[in-house]
Amino acid sequence: MQAAMMSRLGVAALSMLVATVAPAAAYTAYVSNEKGNSISVIDTEKLEVTKTVKVGQRPRGVALSRDGGQLFICAGDDDAIQILDTKSLTIVGELPSGPDPELLILSPDGKLLYTSNENDNLVTAIDVATRKVVSEIPVGVEPEGMALSPDGKVLVNTSETTNMAHLIDTETRKIFANVLVDARPRSAQFTADGGELWVSAEVGGTVSVIGASTHKIKQKIAFEIPGLAKEAIQPVGIKFSLDGQRAFVALGPANRVAVINAATKQVEKYLLVGQRVWQLAFTPDGKYLYATNGVSNDVSVIDVAALKVVKSIAVGSFPWGVAIAGR
Amino acid sequence: MRRRPTLRSIMRRLVFLASLLALGQTAGLVAARADDAVEVKVGFIRAPHVRETISILDIPAEDDAIAGARLAVEDNNTTGRFLGQSFSIEDRLLKAGDDPLAAMNSLVEHGVSLLLVDLPAAQILALADAAKSRNILLFNVGAPNDSLREENCRADVIHVAPSHSMLADGLAQYLVWKQWKRWLLMKGSHSEDQLFADALRRSARKFGAKIVEERVYEDTGGGRRSDSGSVQTQRLVPVATQSAPAYDVLVAADESEVFAEYLPYRTFDPRPVAGSAGLKPLSWDPTHEQWGAIQLQNRFMKLAARRMNARDNQAWVAMRMIGEAATRTGSSDPKLLREYLIGPEFSIAAFKGQKQTLRPWNLQLRQPILLGDGRMIVSVSPQEGYLHQNSELDTLGLDQPETKCKLQ
Repeated sequence: MQAAMMSRLGVAALSMLVATVAPAAAYTAYVSNEKGNSISVIDTEKLEVTKTVKVGQRPRGVALSRDGGQLFICAGDDDAIQILDTKSLTIVGELPSGPDPELLILSPDGKLLYTSNENDNLVTAIDVATRKVVSEIPVGVEPEGMALSPDGKVLVNTSETTNMAHLIDTETRKIFANVLVDARPRSAQFTADGGELWVSAEVGGTVSVIGASTHKIKQKIAFEIPGLAKEAIQPVGIKFSLDGQRAFVALGPANRVAVINAATKQVEKYLLVGQRVWQLAFTPDGKYLYATNGVSNDVSVIDVAALKVVKSIAVGSFPWGVAIAGR
Repeated sequence: MRRRPTLRSIMRRLVFLASLLALGQTAGLVAARADDAVEVKVGFIRAPHVRETISILDIPAEDDAIAGARLAVEDNNTTGRFLGQSFSIEDRLLKAGDDPLAAMNSLVEHGVSLLLVDLPAAQILALADAAKSRNILLFNVGAPNDSLREENCRADVIHVAPSHSMLADGLAQYLVWKQWKRWLLMKGSHSEDQLFADALRRSARKFGAKIVEERVYEDTGGGRRSDSGSVQTQRLVPVATQSAPAYDVLVAADESEVFAEYLPYRTFDPRPVAGSAGLKPLSWDPTHEQWGAIQLQNRFMKLAARRMNARDNQAWVAMRMIGEAATRTGSSDPKLLREYLIGPEFSIAAFKGQKQTLRPWNLQLRQPILLGDGRMIVSVSPQEGYLHQNSELDTLGLDQPETKCKLQ
């Protein structure tokens, strides 16, 4: 069928097609293995794990420094954020994170790290250079998802048991708005223009689209997959494509990533991935999307243009977070 | 929908209230100014559970069940802080012979109209009937009796604890999936044991297991954790379980804690034990950690210096349901909270992997059933493949078409 299709395509289109399925540029993906207490390092060109690095206990959220030279790892059960040097692949230091850090996000200038402390209902701001806590912001119960507006002025934290997105002014470091969403909010993401804030509710089964300036829910996106119980559809990670036209939402035990038209909010496709798909990350060129599958202990690699899963890569036990750097 | 107050506006309001107080204004005026703030007072009426458990691990703590409610009060208050809502709980621990009705009336006099109850079924029914048309809402966090959800169901009682039939179905689905379909049923001689045995028998029929024989273990007193207990039970149990027809699993119905925990490793035939001992169907277990439950366990450990048991969890869920309803409705009025809880918008995240909702026909909380052996969670029902037209959770327990409940 593919051959027949290709024969109908013109030369120009053919060369485009070849370009989209050409080997990925050489990037490095870092996947945290929550129960493996390790980071799997993946060569995105070879699509294989090149090294597994032992790190602290219960590593979940990961984020790269702006130059890609350092990977910050939330080691929840060690109550610390570890710093992995991405050249030597050794732990070179720790940041004081407060108890049980789960997810983190770096300020646009790369100077501050914000992390959610799941056990203590706090968001902690850490100065990366001095390695000091500069602020602790009380939020709801079980803080989880973290997002920053493109201009860096608004920090968003979701709290799983409080069921809110807390909007925090990064200058005053105070909450200025709380938006109630559906049960167990996990991930938050701003659209590239900063106009919308998308928040996934794992147990509620929806994604709330919030007006960034109105602090009101504009729309809720629901999911329906034939043959699957509605309780099994549990949205977690959200990522927008580089061109901003599509949103990808990991649906947990539904074992699928939903592809959503960012403008119309319509679900265009469900991509079958591994079991309990969790977090997502794009390669820097935006061509591939990596999805961590918590239960099947692998990551699925999605070809963004073709909307196809092209590879599963076995990693460590309970893969959770993923970050991808250029080389 | 009413605009929700921001933290800043709440702070402003508090400062304003404080200044009013400083000016020596009357309490009436302060109350009038605070009309946006919602205070949710909840009472907890509980009867102590027997301390003569077979295993010392099961001896209930002094704060059994209420510790779960206290944790949920903390959780609700963290959320409430952003909305100007505050939550509190008042404990009424009954002594033998105490009348729960008197406890309810005294709580109502204190302005409490939301009540968590961990009481025997007959007492819950008495409270429900006394609460009728007084705008009181009860949350059953302990009694598994199906009758409370069926012929004796009441419109003012929400059941957070799973019923006997939900627990039995959760276990039966797993045993049938394992192809352990021939059951030797041993039941105690007390009426509560009989109720659980009835549920197990029904589950066996429903899911295609066969009870090869039913035996009664008479409670003759003694035994339990006496000094020579191990010597006695080592001789008694093989005798009680010998000469049985061929069976795959011994299923015990012993709600009264008389014999079931003695069965594992002591049966005449080498067979696994399930039900009231061995593999137990539960709403929650101290060993449960999946789906983020470890977070709840950690928070509970900090508060109570022990792991969360099923009753603690049922109380936590009930208090969180109240918190969720108060957050979404901006009210503490039992009537409005009840409307929200039985409506299509309500669902609660309670660390069992999927949303939990209420069955509107009998006000039972739908929930997965954990199967634990005391060391870890072995499986969680509903099992894969048990389908349902509305919710797979409704494969557990009596379903709408077969209900005898007429809410009144």
